[in-house]
Amino acid sequence: MFDIDKWQEIFNTIEKNKLRTFLTGFSVAWGIFMLIILQGSGIGLQKGVENQFRSSATNAIWIWNGQTSKPYAGMKPGRNIQMTNEDYDYLSTRVDGIDHISSRYQLWSGNTISYNQQYGSFSIRGVHPDYGIVEKLTMVQGRFINEYDQKESRKSVVISTKVQEALFVHGEEPLDKYIKVNGIPFKVVGVFTDDDGRDDNMQVVYVALAAAQKVFGAGRDVQSIVVTVGDANADEAKEIEDNIKSKMASMHRYDPTDERAMFFWNSVEEFQRFKKLFASISMFIWVIGVGTIIAGVVGVSNIMMIVVKDRTKEIGIRKAIGATPGSIISLVLQEAILITGFAGYIGLVLGVGLLELISKQIDTPFFKQPEVNIQVAIGATVLLVVAGALAGFFPARRAAAIKPIEALRDE
Amino acid sequence: MITLQNINKSYQTGNNSLHVLKGINLHVEAGEMVSIMGSSGSGKSTLLNILGLLDSYDDGAYYLDGQLMREMSETKAAQLRNKFLGFVFQSFNLISFKNAMENVALPLYYQGVPRRKRNKLAMEYLERVGLVPWAEHLPSELSGGQKQRLAIARALISQPKVILADEPTGALDSVTSYEVLELFQQINKSGITIIIVTHENDIAHKTQRIIRLHDGKINSDEKNGKIEVLTEEAFELKSNTR
Repeated sequence: MFDIDKWQEIFNTIEKNKLRTFLTGFSVAWGIFMLIILQGSGIGLQKGVENQFRSSATNAIWIWNGQTSKPYAGMKPGRNIQMTNEDYDYLSTRVDGIDHISSRYQLWSGNTISYNQQYGSFSIRGVHPDYGIVEKLTMVQGRFINEYDQKESRKSVVISTKVQEALFVHGEEPLDKYIKVNGIPFKVVGVFTDDDGRDDNMQVVYVALAAAQKVFGAGRDVQSIVVTVGDANADEAKEIEDNIKSKMASMHRYDPTDERAMFFWNSVEEFQRFKKLFASISMFIWVIGVGTIIAGVVGVSNIMMIVVKDRTKEIGIRKAIGATPGSIISLVLQEAILITGFAGYIGLVLGVGLLELISKQIDTPFFKQPEVNIQVAIGATVLLVVAGALAGFFPARRAAAIKPIEALRDE
Repeated sequence: MITLQNINKSYQTGNNSLHVLKGINLHVEAGEMVSIMGSSGSGKSTLLNILGLLDSYDDGAYYLDGQLMREMSETKAAQLRNKFLGFVFQSFNLISFKNAMENVALPLYYQGVPRRKRNKLAMEYLERVGLVPWAEHLPSELSGGQKQRLAIARALISQPKVILADEPTGALDSVTSYEVLELFQQINKSGITIIIVTHENDIAHKTQRIIRLHDGKINSDEKNGKIEVLTEEAFELKSNTR
């Protein structure tokens, strides 16, 4: 029941005991404030990591050529394993769970790429159309390598914005222009950018794999193959990787336990590892947050106990003039709940406000958009209010049980 | 109004039991003004606490306004205190953060009287004790005599049948003591029973009846200067002082 008179009595008491109110409120507000800041930072860290992995697929398995290190079926170690288009065909048709697939044939630096009188030295990568998806390339203009480029070995080229800047001075439009790649003219069909922050992924032009193999004399060789595994989790990805490993071992006839015959890198596993690392960081932050809350609870309890002790005489007077024990307890409790609840709310608002302010200022790769789980924040506030009430309840009950005469005894 | 039959009370302190009241028999009529005297340790404060329902007794019977006061819950005791009894203490026991009017009005809060009405009543009682100009003052801004008048107004506001005063003049100088006592006499004339615990003879002699306690027993009981009960011990004490 809402008893306006009781609330007036409580407000009256609060108003006239400002320091006590402030101290109680401050410890609650501080606890909530710290919890929110810590929690928000934890979420910021997590988001930062997720962002790091955003620029290339987090579900990719990479396969590279290697050299056998173990004898197998009468063959000596030291044999080079060379993947070809057959491997690509085999993987794309015969292995389950593969979403996208692309081979890569790369000519490392030292290639001269020119347009009119502008020259530059860049890497050339021959890839399948899916590569753009795997690397999460962002097209600025035009398109990426497509199926027809690959099928007909068309001399199409996709350049990075860096290459565009180097070759197309005076703001000339690059699309449909012919640039010379090691002296051979290729038609620019698209301009891309890769936001993973690594410069070597920008010092690159992409051509269709078939064209690269033909023009640069690679025959049917590829240097690496990348596949994505859709939304497989780490275990499923590992399974697919193992499947590919054993198939590759039998196709290329090497010992399946030979770690150096071919190299595999599973980004799902890597991503999960990173996620685990940051999960433990957020766990740590949680532990600190819970510690802060406990400290807050202890602080509030302490203050409530002192408050009740401080009010013993007042309670005695109230009892002598007719206050029932119940009315004493509810007076102390409602005051405690009001103060802790209000202070908790203030801490909540301040904490969230500061996070909002920070998230606008800070945007580093590993710390992004800190925000707070509002349910956790409210839960923590409720916890502190309950703690404050409990902390007030026991001394209040004791005070209410004291014979007024003892409370009123002169010091 | 008040009847005590063979009241016994002991306090446990550690392993020792301290027998404070050793069989008190007392009858106080409605409208009487009684003082209880005795040296410290004689049990007079304990007796007052039992009368005020602030403390329990071990043995005997206590009738207040015809009702037996025994084995009641805290809540019930609080309600009876609020309805029947008004308290005045030596150290005033005013709530320091409430102003004079709010202090006087507080007993009515526990009766559930609405704020506006109880504040109006409080002003009437402040008028009665001559403190209207100080209605908005905190207790710390009042003199000792004013504080005690304020406490008396608070005791009166719930229209009690009995006012219990524990050394009400103990912290006051003689002039203010007499003022306070006059106020008690006025109140008594309106029909309210008053019991004053004091160790000051001149205060006690302003009342109609003086009960002397010694060592947990009633030593003498004199009414309007006429001794009604006098134990041998008390007689000896009296002769010695002569």
